[in-house]
Amino acid sequence: MTVGDLQRLIYELRQELGEGFGVEERHGNEFRLEVRRDLLPAACRHLSHQGRAALVNMVGTDEREIDGCYRLYYTFSPEDADLFITLISGIPSEDPAFPSVTPVVPAAHWYEREVQDLLGLAAQGHPDPRPLVLHRQWPRGLYPLRKDFDGTVQPELTGEHFPFRQVEGDGVCQVPVGPIHAGIIEPGHFRFSVVGEAIINLEAQLFYTHRGVEKRCEGMPYHRALLLAERTCGACSFSHSTAFCQAVEKLAGVVLPERAGYLRAVLLEMERLYNHIGDIGNICAGVGLAFGTSHGGRLKERLMALNQRVAGNRFLRGVNVIGGTGRDLDDATRRVVLDTVAEVRRDFREVMEILLDNSAFRDRLETTGILSTQVARDLGVVGPAARASGIDRDTRRDHPHAAYDRLSVRVPVYTQGDVMARFRVRADEVIISLDMVEELLNTLPAGPVRTGVGSIPPYRAALGYTESPRGEDIHWVMSGPGDTVFRCRIRSASYCNWPAVPMTVPGNIVPDFPLINKSFELCYSCTDR
Amino acid sequence: MKLFVKSLRTGIVTAKVALAGEQPEWSRGFPLVDAVRCQGCGECAVACPTGAITVAGPGAGEEIQEETPGSLGVALAAGGQWRLSVTRCLGCGACEEACPARNIRCGGDFAGREAWAHASQGGRSKARSLHIRHLDGGSCNACDWEMVALTNPVYDVQRLGFDFVASPRHADALMVTGAVTRNLEEAVVKTYEATPAPKLVIAVGACACSGGLFTAGYAIAGGVKRVLPVDVYIPGCPPTPDAMIQGLCQAMAIYPNTSRKSLP
Repeated sequence: MTVGDLQRLIYELRQELGEGFGVEERHGNEFRLEVRRDLLPAACRHLSHQGRAALVNMVGTDEREIDGCYRLYYTFSPEDADLFITLISGIPSEDPAFPSVTPVVPAAHWYEREVQDLLGLAAQGHPDPRPLVLHRQWPRGLYPLRKDFDGTVQPELTGEHFPFRQVEGDGVCQVPVGPIHAGIIEPGHFRFSVVGEAIINLEAQLFYTHRGVEKRCEGMPYHRALLLAERTCGACSFSHSTAFCQAVEKLAGVVLPERAGYLRAVLLEMERLYNHIGDIGNICAGVGLAFGTSHGGRLKERLMALNQRVAGNRFLRGVNVIGGTGRDLDDATRRVVLDTVAEVRRDFREVMEILLDNSAFRDRLETTGILSTQVARDLGVVGPAARASGIDRDTRRDHPHAAYDRLSVRVPVYTQGDVMARFRVRADEVIISLDMVEELLNTLPAGPVRTGVGSIPPYRAALGYTESPRGEDIHWVMSGPGDTVFRCRIRSASYCNWPAVPMTVPGNIVPDFPLINKSFELCYSCTDR
Repeated sequence: MKLFVKSLRTGIVTAKVALAGEQPEWSRGFPLVDAVRCQGCGECAVACPTGAITVAGPGAGEEIQEETPGSLGVALAAGGQWRLSVTRCLGCGACEEACPARNIRCGGDFAGREAWAHASQGGRSKARSLHIRHLDGGSCNACDWEMVALTNPVYDVQRLGFDFVASPRHADALMVTGAVTRNLEEAVVKTYEATPAPKLVIAVGACACSGGLFTAGYAIAGGVKRVLPVDVYIPGCPPTPDAMIQGLCQAMAIYPNTSRKSLP
């Protein structure tokens, strides 16, 4: 889709839906259009169906201090275009409600439940209005993201529990798992309905690790909010910090120095490498193949030590600053990275050959946990999980940032949607990332790695985005007075993908669940924030 | 066959544990201040996002009180004191960047800075192994991933007598990460109660030790000690696996000589 196509789409929207559209703006690759709230479902539907655009983010804000309204921002991204279009609706404070978009665009489901929980904006007609973020124990009528809610206050919890769906029938048992799990893993609750070993239904309750990151960011200077963004997640630290920096840099109108863009891309790929190799090892753990787990763990450790060499920190923390990177890469370290890349490539290929040669291993992975293309598309699934189900999307190629516009980004796509497909996508991406790191380091330009950032006028919004190891991370940042954050929405890849996991489980047996879960390897903390 | 050949050719990858001060020179950690040049201006304390640094300039006259174990203090040549709460420090480098005279370098090794909660503890026990239950109280998962690394072939904590168990009922110690979210408070307390005495609680990482960036708020209790009695603190954001091993060895040394047998 070209810019012209998008403008035509917006024109069609106005024609079809009549009055109720307001100001249209363009900032770089972001288009914004004001929409009267009752037209939201029809407008979103038009973008999603006629425009073949995916819903990539939705933010609710409390802008009453600006003009007396709350606001909703639905952001879509069309296929084959480095463009974003955001529909913006004001919600009056005396009537905090809006017609739910979920019945026509299912991918909106969690966003709307979150806005209900945290801002008290009722999504009318939402098919599943149960609390999402604040567990049932949270007292009704208190909305943490409203500006008049003091984020340091700890209300009394009421002790009610979440109403899980019941499955009735002869021999049906409910198996509750978590939030504290048997292994070393983050907390989440899974309620299985099983007959013997066969799973009939799975419902997940997440947000156990909801820390209130977004509320905490509000009123913070950008450089301090960056530390929070970096700690949204451990395994996706650098992706989050880069996306946040990009959003603020857009607001400030700074141009990232070339060398900083290359360094960010190198580190983004290094993050992808240790995650993918670790995840491959974890998939082997899911089937009890110790060979794969051990070699995966050994290779991952090699890469974490490399992270420490390059960044001083095994999770690549403390490198990004607003305006570039706070550290440079000296030539000796650059050569160490290149040597390690060559060795890891050879080593990894050997391990993969042995794994794929193992018929028992293949048997466990093939046809297990199938995510259909239709469900993946409807729910807005991203990352390797999407690419394993036939969806050809990758933020590095589709929305070039850092130095990705200098590379030709190869994107592996498989269609089976099973655990094996997700395994193969990661294995292919390891080789692609190793090649990218080599190419970036061999063509690393000289120059500064950071630039100054001036004052940012308040109440402006921008998007930052990266492709984390799990998929597209989006940071939507709105500036506030005094160079502080007014609102920050951290939409991680895992947020989009978690709802898809329970859809892949029915029809499999209980021992397949850890394997399916590991094949997605989603972060709980990225989602819960 | 190729599977065995590959592993044989790879050989043993288990590394010697890096003790305090043995981290490579490029690793970053908590701030080290040049006590001779520092004038006590306090810019570092202002810049610190968790309030880990306190500076009492010359003439202040008062000893800065320790709040959490694991503080380190430096007497400044210009008079006064510079103090760091290691359990609050993220190793983020904001202080290093803020210092107008570049007197700070974030090269301090968190390993070896683990602290015991009670001065009364410290006899050598006869324990030669410790069974650990991991308890994520709402972390960002960095500490958890480093704990997973403890069981990889390079760190291989099982050779040191440590192992992770599936149930709190089999555990001697809980390794708790995260500042304890309110959504998890109930599960955290139930896990502690299900662990038979004698038991140790080990707070892992800045969030667990002190709340870190996540001080008490609508969604957060603000550190493990607000919910459970903590015996050992392992600081860092996250602590490296080597730092965790140091902390676990200390924990093993004090087990079961804890002064507490149940939640007060």
